[in-house]
Amino acid sequence: MNVTATSILITLLATTVRSGTILLFPTIGEIFAERAGILNLGIEGMIIIGAFFGFVVSYTTQNPYLGFVVGMLAGGIASLIHAFISITLRGNQVVSGLALTIFGLGITSFYGQKWINNKLPESIHAVAIPGLSKIPFIGPVFFKQDYIVYFSYILVLVMWLILYKTKPGIHLRAAGQNARAADAMGVNVNATRYFWTFFGGLMAGAGGAYLTVAYATFWLEGITAGRGWIAVALVIFAMWNPVNALIGAYLFGGIDALQFQLQASGTTIPSSLLSMQPYLLTFIIIIIATLIVRARHLGAPKELGTPYAREEK
Amino acid sequence: MDEIIVQAKGITKYFPGVLANNHIDFELKKGEIHTLLGENGAGKSTLMNILDGIYHPDEGEIYIKGKKVHIQNPFDAMANSIGMIHQHFMLVDTLTVLENVALGLKSQGLYIDKKEISKQIETISKKYHFNINPYSKIWQLSVGEQQRVEIIKTLFRKAEILILDEPTAVLTPQESEDLFKILNQLLKEGKSIIFISHKLDEVMEISDRITVLRKGKVVGTVHKKDVTKGYLAKMMVGREVLFSLERKPLKRRGEVLKVKELEAYNDKGFKALKKISFSVFGGEIFGIAGISGNGQKILAQTITGLRRATRGKTILNDADITNASPKVIANKGVNYIPPDRLKVGLIPNLDTTENAILRSYDREPITKRNFIDHQKAAEYAKSLIRKFNIMVPRIDAPVKLLSGGNMQKLLLAREIAERPKLLIAVHPTRGLDVGATEFIRKQLLKERDNGLAVLLISEDLDEILMVSDRIGVIYEGQIMKVINIEDAERNKIGLLMAGVNSPKN
Ligand SMILES: Nc1ncnc2c1ncn2[C@@H]1O[C@H](COP(=O)(O)OP(=O)(O)O)[C@@H](O)[C@H]1O
Ligand SMILES: [Mg+2]
Repeated sequence: MNVTATSILITLLATTVRSGTILLFPTIGEIFAERAGILNLGIEGMIIIGAFFGFVVSYTTQNPYLGFVVGMLAGGIASLIHAFISITLRGNQVVSGLALTIFGLGITSFYGQKWINNKLPESIHAVAIPGLSKIPFIGPVFFKQDYIVYFSYILVLVMWLILYKTKPGIHLRAAGQNARAADAMGVNVNATRYFWTFFGGLMAGAGGAYLTVAYATFWLEGITAGRGWIAVALVIFAMWNPVNALIGAYLFGGIDALQFQLQASGTTIPSSLLSMQPYLLTFIIIIIATLIVRARHLGAPKELGTPYAREEK
Repeated sequence: MDEIIVQAKGITKYFPGVLANNHIDFELKKGEIHTLLGENGAGKSTLMNILDGIYHPDEGEIYIKGKKVHIQNPFDAMANSIGMIHQHFMLVDTLTVLENVALGLKSQGLYIDKKEISKQIETISKKYHFNINPYSKIWQLSVGEQQRVEIIKTLFRKAEILILDEPTAVLTPQESEDLFKILNQLLKEGKSIIFISHKLDEVMEISDRITVLRKGKVVGTVHKKDVTKGYLAKMMVGREVLFSLERKPLKRRGEVLKVKELEAYNDKGFKALKKISFSVFGGEIFGIAGISGNGQKILAQTITGLRRATRGKTILNDADITNASPKVIANKGVNYIPPDRLKVGLIPNLDTTENAILRSYDREPITKRNFIDHQKAAEYAKSLIRKFNIMVPRIDAPVKLLSGGNMQKLLLAREIAERPKLLIAVHPTRGLDVGATEFIRKQLLKERDNGLAVLLISEDLDEILMVSDRIGVIYEGQIMKVINIEDAERNKIGLLMAGVNSPKN
């Protein structure tokens, strides 16, 4: 391979990691919410809320890190609506989640009008990690990124540890698998579910904020372009495992990055066909994942979407 | 010995439409095994769930070792050294034994000290000869082993007061004996036990004292040594109970069902029926005896069209019904009491009326010109309720709120009302109380006297011996032998059930 081809590939893969990070956060968040028993189809809405607040705060304060944190919190707060409806009111989680998505898309479209086509004066920049970034090929792809990407690496590891090695991990798995048993063992099922739904919101907000403060650095109505739905599919693809989520997110990120690169290089394929790819792939991946899940008897958490009430028969 | 460790005073608990506990007084002495006896729906589990903090009483007080306590949740119960083994196990089946034990522990930090917990589990396991591997997943364990995990969970939390809610309902007789040995060992160590059951023989075997509940009220508390089985039965049911049933002489009619070299596969893809052949005649009850998992369920499903036969034939009154649709088979006169009433027989969240018309909803008089006549449907349901004396909280309450016995009565009523030619009943009395069991068996005999052909599949050998006219013993998907009831001997059947004897000689 000649030098330019290698450097194009490196750029492509580095973009893949950043594009994948937008999906990685929400997927991790939804994995934990679902593991605790709460299905949140409001991811798309929470991502765009995170993206909007992230952008506005970065723009006005010129501090993209503050923007990221505020975007994350905005996603978290939005998720509490869903938590309240599905846990406290024991409402239908599908309906509530869809409503949250519509709400998020609507409110950001309304208040976002005047921000359209503004570009961030200050965005998040890459910081090479000394040493690691010098590893040929791997270095520039994974270790010449920004702090948020590094944060996501650590997050995957930490969340994996929490899920399988700690008490909160057992509690949340029990809450989603057999809430009655968890309750009988002294686990506060509803508090557990609130917490992880909120965590899911934070993560969706983080994904959205990353999109506007680091990846795109501008605001556009509907800028999330259905990434929330891809995250929902990725949860199944990942079989509710945070490490698999990383693989899935980068896979989709790769398609996104490739499509940009192709468009930039002036291909003759119509761009609308190109941007259809992720959704086609979503279908294919879901079919494959479902087949694997069935063959290995690794279903969704048993009580996913089922509200819990102690005295109900 | 006479120290009172648990005292419940005037416990009252309402559920929507039912008074589950009505001013109940109950006490447990240290070191005793105190049985709560009562039919299904008497309120036993409700009272125990109150002690365990799962339910909160509407009235009443609880004292532990003389001190008044408010048990808000299971964690409080544990803090008061109460440990409960629930009727439906409280285990997360995708987690390991160790993780289930660690669930809800407050004494530790964020991390689970797997080594330490597994060491303690193994100590307990060794002490009581449990033989449980802390790293097994729950779903890999047998029901008996799962129950031992439940016991480990309570002992791990240093429970002094153990509540076992119908622990023997899911065990084989041999496993029950093992459990009783464990309970006796626990008593010797100074623990106190509340044992729940409605099986009189085992109650007489294991209890020190017995408190009988009926319809949410205490009938009385007695010492075992002062009472007999018959006396307890009368306390529990409120009237004399027969331990055997009267049967009219057999009046056999023509052949109704002929099963010819039938074969079918189970869900795992193994051949579960191997060229099975037998016949059932009108006016007789043909009992199929066998140990669970020898093809009984598959047989019933294949005859009723719920599973494909890969070979052989089922013939109903000379008509071939092999692999016809379940609906066609039902319309030809085969009705079915499935083994799992809440999964196959009834729809838990629909009400009594809707469940009652599941067979007849699409024809006159319930449907007229493509619309359901709700008044007619309700009348129909009420007629079944009256005829079979079914107790429902409200006619429009979801059927899952009925007691097991009343669900089964409803199911039987619906199927018999179809005037079938053949009735297939699988475990028709499993999990039912004395009264309901007797009722169901009497109904089966009554239909037999009316000329119906009954195929009874049951793992309860006593039941088979009590009502059948002929008994076919099933083993690994084949009928070992068909025996007339006059020639039936328990031991011989037991051996056939274990596969001793060459097939069909
Ligand atoms: N969570 C609940 N909601 C509504 N009704 C209930 C509930 N739990 C029990 N019941 C009703 O209370 C009565 C007593 O039930 P239970 O205590 O389970 O009886 P037992 O354990 O003696 O069989 C029954 O009529 C039952 O249907
Ligand atoms: Mg009970």
